[in-house]
Amino acid sequence: MLQIEDLKVELGGSVILEHIDLEIRPGETHVLFGPNGSGKTSLLMTIMGYPQYRVVAGKIMFKGLDITSLPINERAQLGIGISYQRPPTINGVKTRQMVSVCGGGAVDVEGLARKVNFTGFLDRDVNAGFSGGEIKRSELLQLMAQDPDLMLFDEPESGVDLENIALVGKTIARLLQKDQDEETVNGRSKMRRKMERTKMGLIITHTGYILDYVAADKGQVLFKGRLSCVSNPREILTCIGESGYEECVTCILETS
Amino acid sequence: MHFRDELKQRAEKVRDKAAAIGPDVDLEVFQKDPVDHAYLDEEDLARLEGAEREQLVMSGLDLSMKDRGGTFFQKDTSVIHCKTKAEGVEVLSIKQALQKPWIQDYYWKLVPVDADKYTAAAELDLHDGYVIRSLPGTRSVYPIQACLYLDREGLQQTVHNIIIAEEDSELHIITGCATSPHLKKAAHIGISEFYVKKNAKLSFTMIHNWAEDMVVRPRSVARVEEGGLFLNNYVCMKPVRSLQMYPTTHLEGPDAVARLYSIIVGSPGSEYDVGGRVYLKNPGNRAEIVARTITNGSRIIARGHLVGEVADIKAHLECRGLILNGGTIHAIPELEGHVDGVEMSHEAAVGKIAQEEIAYLMSRGLSEDEATSTIVRGFLNVDIPGLPEPLKREIDRAIERSDKDVM
Repeated sequence: MLQIEDLKVELGGSVILEHIDLEIRPGETHVLFGPNGSGKTSLLMTIMGYPQYRVVAGKIMFKGLDITSLPINERAQLGIGISYQRPPTINGVKTRQMVSVCGGGAVDVEGLARKVNFTGFLDRDVNAGFSGGEIKRSELLQLMAQDPDLMLFDEPESGVDLENIALVGKTIARLLQKDQDEETVNGRSKMRRKMERTKMGLIITHTGYILDYVAADKGQVLFKGRLSCVSNPREILTCIGESGYEECVTCILETS
Repeated sequence: MHFRDELKQRAEKVRDKAAAIGPDVDLEVFQKDPVDHAYLDEEDLARLEGAEREQLVMSGLDLSMKDRGGTFFQKDTSVIHCKTKAEGVEVLSIKQALQKPWIQDYYWKLVPVDADKYTAAAELDLHDGYVIRSLPGTRSVYPIQACLYLDREGLQQTVHNIIIAEEDSELHIITGCATSPHLKKAAHIGISEFYVKKNAKLSFTMIHNWAEDMVVRPRSVARVEEGGLFLNNYVCMKPVRSLQMYPTTHLEGPDAVARLYSIIVGSPGSEYDVGGRVYLKNPGNRAEIVARTITNGSRIIARGHLVGEVADIKAHLECRGLILNGGTIHAIPELEGHVDGVEMSHEAAVGKIAQEEIAYLMSRGLSEDEATSTIVRGFLNVDIPGLPEPLKREIDRAIERSDKDVM
């Protein structure tokens, strides 16, 4: 479980997140909405442990441990992973090596790459000259190798063409154990598998396309550095589409 | 040997002439007298052990000779092994070659003997060196290895090498220069003249493992004829007091190509002034100079100079430096276009490792040190097109071995 309590975060001396409370239980996937600059990426980076995002109040608990001041790699080792929107290029480091690093050296890199049509990119430098969609597939491939328990996705569908959106969506669903196309898998019923689900997800989205592939449990709106509501993600999306973020936040606050 | 009399006269005149660039070295303090070492056969070489063996292996020498087409091994001033098994490739010492009339067409034909005190010393104090020549139309599967080894404290080792890739031939050479583990102070002066004839391909990979108080002054010039390819790789990961070289390549025929790659990791107190210069003189000429330098408290000057003399040439210079633990990197990229229709570019960057890249790797589970080392190794990992696999492996090994020194 991820628990964030009354979190306040500064970046370069200014407060960018305040009074953040968030709880993601095992098996749950949350969707994070919010206008540009509302602090969505900052929240993900803070959870991942980027030191420039300074936690000045509150705490972050993961699997019962206070991770507020743990370095990035220790959080990764505890089971937190992230799919970046714009990851840096690492010259001279091949994607193959990167995927292997993610899997602690014990993964079938080729096999995993086949699942996201990425075998042709394994011998290229990580992210070097990758298109938007290629970056997303590379990031998902790395997450597949890492297999973390909590996955943070920063706009996984941005820059992805229509052809690949289904691939990206389905891959995320599989990572989050939300791929329930068939009624019974390995002799287990849908309900049974839902109960056994452990993976947690937090997905930033602008478009909501991802909801077509991943049955998210809760939606949240981050507005001006504050998490404003917890509701059904579809309802939030409709509301934002009809009346905009500000109106939506007020409206949902009033009704709840 | 009359032809050398004239060379010696020219050399005498510049005995004290400082080089155009680089700190001046007083060569008087070094010993020049021959140091005799017994000839070693293949079994003797295979039996070499301990730290000496380690030094040789680090410089790319395969003592089992298994993956090599031939071997030239000079210790101090004596040739202690010289043999070739590859068909169509000749390996001989320059002292032997100087007995043959044809050598006059190559000896000091590219490097001027009176360039500076180091070229002068190479003629006046010549110890030995190698001549490697691939016959027309031959293709060597395994690289030829050459090793210039310094064992005697205070010696000035003076060598002259000539490499000839005859028409339509393909020749790969790996050359290691190293010092024995106990050696501290010595000098190495090496002349290299490369002849890449019509449609020939020559790759020359040099790995240097010097000692902390070594002075090194190589002087090299290459001449590439029509359709020829000259691939020159240089790796230096070990300390040296002062190393200065500025190898020059002349593309003398249409469609001739030169690619120069250098990877330098500078140790504290070391000084490197290195670069490459290519003259593109014919249509279809291509040149690429790539340098990756890291300083750990050393002073590195990374030069590059491309000269485009005719239209329809393309040349690119890439010079990237990383300052890890102090020191300086001075990148001096120069482009010189003399006519309309040249296409020349350069990119130079000097900086530190981006925090963003370290954080990215840490978020995949690597510690900060592991992440840094992965990025540094990636930085030094240059893709060299056309380099045979065994030579790629040697470069990777040299980088890997020095990994802990880098950090």
